[in-house]
Amino acid sequence: MELRVVALYPEQMNIYADRGNILFLQRRCEWRGIQFSYDASGPGEPLDAAAHDLIYLGGGQDRDQRIVAGDMVSTKRQALAEAVSDGAVVLAVCGGYQLLGQSYELGDERIEGLGLADLETVREPGPRLIGNVEIEIDLGDGPTRLAGFENHGGRTYLGEGARPLGRVIRGFGNNGKDGLEGVRRENMIGTYLHGPLLPKNAWLADRLIELALARRLGSPPDLAPLDDSLESAAHQSAHRAALRG
Amino acid sequence: MRGAFGAKLALARGVGALSRLSGRGGGTTLPGRLLLRMAPEAIPRLGAGLSAGSVIVSATNGKTTTAGMIAAAMRAVGRRPVHNRAGSNMSWGVATALLEQRGDEGLFEVDEAWLPRIAADLDPRLIVLGNLFRDQLDRYGELERLADEWATLVAARIGATEFAICADDPLVADLGRDGDLARRPGVTYFGIDDPGQALPELQHAFDAKHCRRCGAPYSYERAFVGHLGHYSCPSCGADRPPPDVAATAIQLDGMRGSELAVRTPAGEVELRLPLPGLYNVYNALAALTAALRLEVPLEPAARALESMKAVFGRVETIDVEGKTVFILLIKNPAGANEVLRTLLLESGQGGASDGLDLWIALNDRIADGRDVSWVWDADFELLAPHVRRVVCAGTRAPEMAVRLKYAGMPPSVIEVEESISRSLDRALADAGGRLFALPTYTALLELRELLAKRGLASRYWT
Repeated sequence: MELRVVALYPEQMNIYADRGNILFLQRRCEWRGIQFSYDASGPGEPLDAAAHDLIYLGGGQDRDQRIVAGDMVSTKRQALAEAVSDGAVVLAVCGGYQLLGQSYELGDERIEGLGLADLETVREPGPRLIGNVEIEIDLGDGPTRLAGFENHGGRTYLGEGARPLGRVIRGFGNNGKDGLEGVRRENMIGTYLHGPLLPKNAWLADRLIELALARRLGSPPDLAPLDDSLESAAHQSAHRAALRG
Repeated sequence: MRGAFGAKLALARGVGALSRLSGRGGGTTLPGRLLLRMAPEAIPRLGAGLSAGSVIVSATNGKTTTAGMIAAAMRAVGRRPVHNRAGSNMSWGVATALLEQRGDEGLFEVDEAWLPRIAADLDPRLIVLGNLFRDQLDRYGELERLADEWATLVAARIGATEFAICADDPLVADLGRDGDLARRPGVTYFGIDDPGQALPELQHAFDAKHCRRCGAPYSYERAFVGHLGHYSCPSCGADRPPPDVAATAIQLDGMRGSELAVRTPAGEVELRLPLPGLYNVYNALAALTAALRLEVPLEPAARALESMKAVFGRVETIDVEGKTVFILLIKNPAGANEVLRTLLLESGQGGASDGLDLWIALNDRIADGRDVSWVWDADFELLAPHVRRVVCAGTRAPEMAVRLKYAGMPPSVIEVEESISRSLDRALADAGGRLFALPTYTALLELRELLAKRGLASRYWT
């Protein structure tokens, strides 16, 4: 078994220690004897939709995000659309999540996004939405909670055809108003829980590994259980932080 | 009006004295907070009383140490600046120092985000700009925006203020030049000119990939600390300015410090710096540059650096129960990476041949940054093969433990105990002769309070 992961623009989109997610996936595969391969796809580089099981897109600063948005629309949109339709796992976090939509506002500019999800990100008066956050989601294996941290100026609104990733228990979520968080389409997930969210939610990491491998194997693999006592404690710690606000 | 202002000063001073008597805290912020509430104009008013002017030091990493070094150089020639030396570097910390100390010149470390405002209040003669690294994004916002605010500040103050600027950090170096890349008047650059100290590869947390001027990717010949190094922009030609004060030969010697040869406009000097790591070399270069601008002669300035003691929580050494505890503040990826590199130099020495004993305290209070994501950007992998035992403490201890596990440390060497006091006891009980304590900022405050209660360290830093 092999999990083939590609990170899009890791040099530009890594502002909240996004590499923690990749490392977390890598170790959890290695400890189970699952081969792990990692690629990076940067500016100007085409993407082969069939060559990857899990596609990761992190968050960036405004300047980097602007560079990435234009490049990604022109060099990777087609391949990403094919990969999503074909059931590839996509995890897009924070700025990467915003890029999935039709468009987002950056300062006074309206920047075209990938259009892979029916959502728009706009600026509104008011402070950045910053803080610990907890949401409830269901990825087909029952409801469960994700805990993390969010820090975004943009407010995201889902269109009619879009399904949220989950609902907000604590924190702001997409816009601080409608109680929704993130987006989900097939195995594509976008979320404002930024940076290393997998290390705080080991369950999600394993679920993504399962979904990604199931697409190649035709059925979900049995993942060997790991000793997750530290990981569970970390989830509890992030959960308590969200309760504190 | 002087009478009313005087009464407010007296009241704020009295509250500071009471706060110390009651033992409720270091008193480095409370009097200033109270004073600013009663008299918002207190900083410019008290600052105007500093007849010889003031100096401001700002940077993501190294503010406290650099300001401490400048203070040492000034004291070496008999000058006694008013100085917020405990690292309380927002407006209330500056106000507290101005309120409680007397002198005719000021030396203030100032938080990066507060710099524009406090510079406007103090009208300083010199500003030292060290570096900008990603740090507490929940509080500061994006690095680029901070750099833009600094750029506005520098452009507005040229002519009124001199600047000592790090040539090796493209985010700040460029602020000292105008649109035609010509150096602005009153700007002095410092940097490292010893290629032998370059990192083998660029680090993960790399914060200056694109030219501030044209957006093209910088080309790096070498990097020394994070994104500090020798760079150039292949597109618009904005390359590293040649430093006026430069370390031309550096010999690192683990926790003991380093030996430096430094070239300056006032001649060359060799010195033995008793603080470890290349990051402290940068601090020393910043301090020497500032000292020269402040008319402290090179020789006494260099000798003053040689007798530096550690500043608050920056490589302090304390004996606890027969063991030596080294305290090294960690607060962001770039700073933590330098601490980790320094520990690596220690891993095979001083009875630590079977590995290092660590105590790492990760807090998520406001002054630490509430977002602890950054620990995944710091290269704890460096230490993984060299750790004998590590106790994780603080409000987010379990997340620190997970970071270390995925850095390659076996879970069997990792212990989690959130309480600062109990975790320290556990770490001390298991440690060999030396324990390396790596707290975030508020964990450092708690640690000091704890050691003070046990009579092992002084409680108050004002």
